[in-house]
Amino acid sequence: MVQAQRKMQTQVGTAEQGDTEAQLSIRNLSKIFKTGDGVTDISLDVQPGEMVTLLGPSGCGKTTVLRSIGGFLEPDSGDILIRGRSVLNLPPEKRPTAMVFQSYNLWPHMTVQDNLAFGLKIRKRKKVEIERSVTEALELVQLSGAARKYPGELSGGQQQRVALARALLLQPDVLLLDEPFSALDAKLRMEMREELREIQTKTGMTMVFVTHDQEEALSISDRIVVMHAGKIEQLSTPQDIYDRPGSLFVASFIGRINLMRSISDGQHIAVGSKVVQQDGSTSIPAGACTLAVRPEDLYLTGEPDSLEGTIRQVMVLGHYAEVSIHCEQEHLKMFVPREQAAELHSGQAVKVGFHKFTAFSEVSS
Amino acid sequence: MNWYFRSLGARRIVEFVLLVVFVIFFLGPLLNLLILAVSGKWQYPAALPQSWSLEWWQFVLSQDDVLESISLSFLIATVVTVCSIIVCIPAAYAFARIAFPLSRWFLFSFLLTHAFPKMGLYVSIAVLFYKFGLMNTFLGIVLIHMVNTLMFMTWIPSSAFRSVHRAQEESARDAGAGPLRVFWKITLPMAFPGIMVASIFTFLSSLDEAQGTLLVGIPDFKTMPIIMYSIIADYPNTTGAVFSVILTLPTVILLVAARRFVSADVLAGGFQVK
Repeated sequence: MVQAQRKMQTQVGTAEQGDTEAQLSIRNLSKIFKTGDGVTDISLDVQPGEMVTLLGPSGCGKTTVLRSIGGFLEPDSGDILIRGRSVLNLPPEKRPTAMVFQSYNLWPHMTVQDNLAFGLKIRKRKKVEIERSVTEALELVQLSGAARKYPGELSGGQQQRVALARALLLQPDVLLLDEPFSALDAKLRMEMREELREIQTKTGMTMVFVTHDQEEALSISDRIVVMHAGKIEQLSTPQDIYDRPGSLFVASFIGRINLMRSISDGQHIAVGSKVVQQDGSTSIPAGACTLAVRPEDLYLTGEPDSLEGTIRQVMVLGHYAEVSIHCEQEHLKMFVPREQAAELHSGQAVKVGFHKFTAFSEVSS
Repeated sequence: MNWYFRSLGARRIVEFVLLVVFVIFFLGPLLNLLILAVSGKWQYPAALPQSWSLEWWQFVLSQDDVLESISLSFLIATVVTVCSIIVCIPAAYAFARIAFPLSRWFLFSFLLTHAFPKMGLYVSIAVLFYKFGLMNTFLGIVLIHMVNTLMFMTWIPSSAFRSVHRAQEESARDAGAGPLRVFWKITLPMAFPGIMVASIFTFLSSLDEAQGTLLVGIPDFKTMPIIMYSIIADYPNTTGAVFSVILTLPTVILLVAARRFVSADVLAGGFQVK
């Protein structure tokens, strides 16, 4: 927790120094609804060409932040700058942003062509130019030939592609995506993710992506902002967030993780009677703490002083197997290669070690 | 033959009989009317007329006041429809989009004009109309027709506006359109079917209105339904039949032309108080 806060402060610190380069800069944004939900003191800098994901459970305020950027919500306080210019007083139509909505929001009474050309006509582009851009945009989202169709004649995935193309055509300084793929089925969602990432590389567009799907966030983002109860819990790269979760919330929200009750004396951490961190390097204050270990960071060992447990179940899930171990009154999940799983059976006594783990003090929180 | 009915089952047979009764009940009188309109002589107990003729058509259409009444009725219906659209569409949009206190009660109050006995309502309106000099005027008739059409014209388009998702308007704002352009290019076209249906109802109900017109429009304004009363009273049945066909024709034509828009969904949506 302490570590995470320090990290956040340095992030915010660098942001304040480098405002000239940030494409989008949110400063101390607060918005509280009548219901008491909302966000407080959100600060975030997005660099040009970066894809930043706001991730969190529903109701954590991620959509509030996005809608504030797009101009659909008026924040109570704070500022939003795009390329160094405050956009707070601009209505949505004047902001250099474009949004892709969860529910596609194509206009059913217009053809795909007209849907795409709508924004360009308002910008008074030449007819030939509009025609060309629309064709290019449809090519980019792999929907050439759908121009004359009506949205109702397209599948969900195709409609979302059109919606994406419509937003891209506006050439926004920042593209906002509000859970764009959550209405699609799992397979299509994966495809769209890849496609979006490809489009982002091709166009170099700055994107802010909102999702509650941690897998989606991990797979497509340059940086992830984990939000919880209206506040930023952690802001870092996907790798870092997965390997070094800044708080217990982040640890349990992202990826699968085993949580174990443990105790710290300020230097060492122990689970039950076994000391798991002996080098005295821990920064966790003395008292109760929670140990978080990813299933892939557990291993079976023969070392004498390690944790002892009993295998409860072995489940083969394709190329790997999931092993449940009962250990110190906790149920641990562990991933092992399939070959190794063949030698394991339920009821077997084993010893487990940790490749790495993160400890969170329960004293400070 | 028996095996066939047995295989159908009692339920199917009852359903079929009910359907036939239903069809006869609804279409029988209409068929009778059509035949009557083109018959010359048709005496009981013959199933079909003894002679066919179009002479009553000739008679009806040669009456000057009949032709005048037809054009007057259509003129009034058109003016009523246009005025209702101008008055009610903004109101419908407000009911759908703007949360103001008691909005549900206001919407509900539109039903009140349909809750009282019409004649009682018209008589009290007539008292007001006398004071304002609106009796026996075109404007008076248009106003009295609009009393009836307010409900359709507000309820149905209001539900149509409500079915346009706010997010669809938002995405248009996002694309660079100002509020006014969003209304013209997105909201209005998407609500168009509902507005169309309401307009057709307004037009038809105005075309068909007799009570109010009789009270407010006499003696100078004789619309089709008014003329029809006197024709039915003064001439043989056949004229009434001919006239009914003339009155029904615009209804049928309009509904067929607009059948793309008229659906149970649109109507049902219109009568939900949300």
